[in-house]
Amino acid sequence: MGRIAVQEAPFDAAAESAALSAGRTDIGAIASFVGLCRADDGLSAMVLEHYPAMTERALARLVAEAEARWPLTGCTVIHRVGRLEPGAPIVLVLTASSHRAAALESCAFLIDWLKTKAPFWKREEFAAGGARWVEAKAGDDAAAERW
Amino acid sequence: MQILYFAWVREKVGAAGEDMVLPEGVTDVGALMRHLGSLSPRHAEAFANPTAIRAAVNQDFATPGTPVSDRDEVAFFPPVTGG
Repeated sequence: MGRIAVQEAPFDAAAESAALSAGRTDIGAIASFVGLCRADDGLSAMVLEHYPAMTERALARLVAEAEARWPLTGCTVIHRVGRLEPGAPIVLVLTASSHRAAALESCAFLIDWLKTKAPFWKREEFAAGGARWVEAKAGDDAAAERW
Repeated sequence: MQILYFAWVREKVGAAGEDMVLPEGVTDVGALMRHLGSLSPRHAEAFANPTAIRAAVNQDFATPGTPVSDRDEVAFFPPVTGG
């Protein structure tokens, strides 16, 4: 279960959310997280690389783990790859459940685990020239560990 | 076996991957990293700090102790930074 996509194209968060609840009357809550590209330090673009043969499988594993831990009625994870400019959405996580606690908690869980357990890498390009690979943050590991 | 490189590991090695025959005596990810680091100056620079590199064997995250065989796809990359 769950909709998983890795794509260059933008996503429509409202349409994805509507699709999760279309025709259903058992869903009491949909939680959503959208990660956006920030323009820190004069950043002009972010280039997202991934490991195509592994990415969807890793995301499916995360969704399966969320479904095992919370009573979800639906789940959507969409992660963009390629070149993204400041302000562009990068990632969408939607979780649906009968009640809010399961939806909110599983949404936070999924984005925390996604940051440390899915094969994506961000490279930052700067308006002044130059580029650098984003380094993993200890805080992200700590956030993933709390689950 | 198929070796794949991603992010700065790919840039330092100068290739997205390579086909190779697993040398005798190389039985796990850690030993494979040491072997790859001996292949060229670019490989040596890429693998200079093995603790900065993560690996996957057949598309599953692995550790230095994970066994490898000649039929495996083994990928090397920095810690992931998606989301």
